[in-house]
Amino acid sequence: MKTHTIHRVLSVLVVLTTVVLWQGCKPKAPGSVTTGDAASLAYVPPGKYDEFYNVVSGGFNGQMSIYGLPSGRLFRIIPVFSQFPENGWGYSEETKPMLNTSHGFVPWDDLHHISLSVTKGEHDGRWAFGNANNTPRVARIDMKTFKTVEILELPNSGGNHSSPFITENSEYIVAGTRFSVPVGENTDVPISTFKENFKGYISFISIDPSHGEMKIAFQLKTPGISFDLARAGKGPSHGWFFFSTYNTEQAYTLLEVNASQKDKDFIMAVNWKKAEEYIKAGKGTKSKAKYAHNVWDESTHTGVSTIMDEVLQLDPAELKDIIYFIPCPKSPHGCDTDPTGEYIVGSGKLAALIPVFSFTKIQAAIANKDFEGEFAGIPVIKYEAALHGEVKKPGLGPLHTEFDNKGNAYTSFFVSSEIVKWNVKTLEILDRVPTYYSIGHLSVPGGPTTKPHGKYVVAYNKITKDRYLPTGPELTQSAQLYDISGDKMKLILDFPTTGEPHYAESIPAEMIMPNSVKIYKIEDNNHPYVSKGEGMTKVERKGKEVHVSMTAIRSHLTPDNIEGVKLGDEVFFHVTNLEQDWDVPHGFAVKGANNAEILVMPGETSTLRWKPLSTGIFPFYCTDFCSALHQEMQGYIRVSPAGSNVPLKFSTGKIEDQASGAGQ
Amino acid sequence: MKYLIGIILSCVIFSCAPDKPVGDTKESEANKSAVEAITDPTKGIGAIKNVTMNTPLDQDRIKRGVDVYNMKCQACHTLDEKRVVGPGWKDITKRRKPEWIMNMILNVDVMLEQDEEAQKLLELCLMRMPNQNLSIGDARDILEYMRQNDGEK
Ligand code: HEC
Ligand SMILES: [Cu+2]
Repeated sequence: MKTHTIHRVLSVLVVLTTVVLWQGCKPKAPGSVTTGDAASLAYVPPGKYDEFYNVVSGGFNGQMSIYGLPSGRLFRIIPVFSQFPENGWGYSEETKPMLNTSHGFVPWDDLHHISLSVTKGEHDGRWAFGNANNTPRVARIDMKTFKTVEILELPNSGGNHSSPFITENSEYIVAGTRFSVPVGENTDVPISTFKENFKGYISFISIDPSHGEMKIAFQLKTPGISFDLARAGKGPSHGWFFFSTYNTEQAYTLLEVNASQKDKDFIMAVNWKKAEEYIKAGKGTKSKAKYAHNVWDESTHTGVSTIMDEVLQLDPAELKDIIYFIPCPKSPHGCDTDPTGEYIVGSGKLAALIPVFSFTKIQAAIANKDFEGEFAGIPVIKYEAALHGEVKKPGLGPLHTEFDNKGNAYTSFFVSSEIVKWNVKTLEILDRVPTYYSIGHLSVPGGPTTKPHGKYVVAYNKITKDRYLPTGPELTQSAQLYDISGDKMKLILDFPTTGEPHYAESIPAEMIMPNSVKIYKIEDNNHPYVSKGEGMTKVERKGKEVHVSMTAIRSHLTPDNIEGVKLGDEVFFHVTNLEQDWDVPHGFAVKGANNAEILVMPGETSTLRWKPLSTGIFPFYCTDFCSALHQEMQGYIRVSPAGSNVPLKFSTGKIEDQASGAGQ
Repeated sequence: MKYLIGIILSCVIFSCAPDKPVGDTKESEANKSAVEAITDPTKGIGAIKNVTMNTPLDQDRIKRGVDVYNMKCQACHTLDEKRVVGPGWKDITKRRKPEWIMNMILNVDVMLEQDEEAQKLLELCLMRMPNQNLSIGDARDILEYMRQNDGEK
């Protein structure tokens, strides 16, 4: 990007304002701290591509979105846990099963974190995983089609926040519960019996190495506390997982105060290889649990939901050496392992320092039983015994840390609204920049892997205020891009985002671009109602159901005249897009439909259910501008009274009454 | 260089068709000079430089051609002279060189961009013929079917 010759003359050219260090969390006037060449650093000329795919969680929109870096341009929203009327996700008959859960159809969720699949600790560009925070689930997105292809519900969880962090070779993603909850046969207990009845569960979800299918390999039963975030070990610490915890006070009300009593909560270190050994030795117990497992079948273009009834559990209070606690100051949030796998950075939300733990020291402390005691039957390692050192006076409210490829860490500070760069080994603070405003997560391309790509850090800010043109009480969420290729971080771009992004990962474009699927082969379409050619279109009655097998191609729908539907019938439009060319979706909508439209990709079949509530003529049409004659891509369906004897018939291009206008 | 690739391609074309290569026994006979093939604008633009056509028609090809037609072409092309979205196919093999037809099928974007005849059709139909992602073998099967439709035996 540096070689770009185009330098836009800028209106944003720039008075270097004094960088105020300890900013309050109260927004200041919009700062202009960009430097002269900022615009050219973030500028991608028309027709050129971005350097990175930026896969961003959508928070309360329940989706993921794909941006380009460094331009900050939004390319796509991928519906995951929430219905998306724009393309029919969760509305079409094929996609509804993907949102099935043990609580029935759940059309919304809160997607916080992204994990991209890795091999040997490095990005491999195969899948993106996301977590559902509200009705606990994890999802897998195929990076060839940018489509959600699997959703797995998590039993015994009360809110899947500590998820979906991934191990070095994508062996597992994890799912730690934010709320401890009562589990088992009787969960109708007084809330005040928290200590006695409430448990926290951590699920280890295995990933099939060839097709990626997820399965709950085992759950660890842990004391009733809250799990916040996590990271896997890597390199020397591969085989371990680190979770931040809060509410070790085990409060069940006014957590704001009551869960902030203790000077230290814990980082929980999990030896998952040990857990695997116990399972091999038959120490796991099978426990009843009801949860949904939904898988997308690309050959039938249909999701299939299966209700599962069992999980394998391990109890670390009985099975020693699986978990250890490490004290960590003041409600740790981020818990991040550096690229070497030696250092684990804990960020206490309310702490004024950042403790950095050493994996080597943790191992030595375990070997020497350097414990300060036990918590709920689990050994607690002495703080000093595990500690590499503390970053002193880094800022206020440290949240998350990511890493570059030069041994540096970047920590976000919510309260003081800044990013602080420091050296992981020496713990020395190297630079700090303000963010606008109140940064949550931050993201360096490849930051959580063994081989960070470096170059940029993106701040995902929680408060927007005056950064953009105001749009009433509700504002877009603001992201900021900083160049980190030099010694000093440089703000080069502000960009608005969709939803409520929490976390993101970025991956070099060349790892994704060549594999991006352009069409689905119509030959391979095994949908039960596919029409492989207009000759196969038909309308069939099955009792009160009318199934229309329809095709779409520029620019007509076949059939486009349908009669013989009666009030009380349910009509299923199974639309096959016959195009085999890239970027030619067709859409389908029918008047009065109580759901949405469907967007059908080339070679795909998708179904819209429609239940007419009155008699008459109902128009339908293609919703995706597909050709010069797109406006003509339309048709009619006739609905007659329940008892009528209008025969079922359908056609395209057939002019029945030669005397009518069309026949002339 | 591009031409060289073209020539090489045209030699391997029928070996990468999904079926056993057709018995192109009279290949040398039908093969005109390569240079002539390259510069002949009536052959269209694309990888197809020379097509060998045999009689009698290859019935297996025709069968496969019908299947491809039904699935991927029939929505826009009739077998008679009637234009629906695209032109009807009646007598197309008499109007066009086989190479042009196959290039139109396999390389339609470039043809619509650069080939005068294809552009005339676009002006007439006002709709870009889609690339339906056919293999060279599929396109050859379609051609065989078109020949039959035009009365060849
Ligand atoms: C969506 C409609 C559509 C489909 C499907 C389609 N075509 Fe076409 N075709 C056209 C149009 C329109 C033209 C005229 C050129 C233009 O406007 O782009 C055309 C032109 C042609 C021509 C040249 C016709 C002539 O008279 O010279 C051939 C050959 C052809 N198509 C073959 C095929 C084959 C083979 C398939 C199936 C694999 C196919 N087409 C599928 C729309 C279509
Ligand atoms: Cu359309």
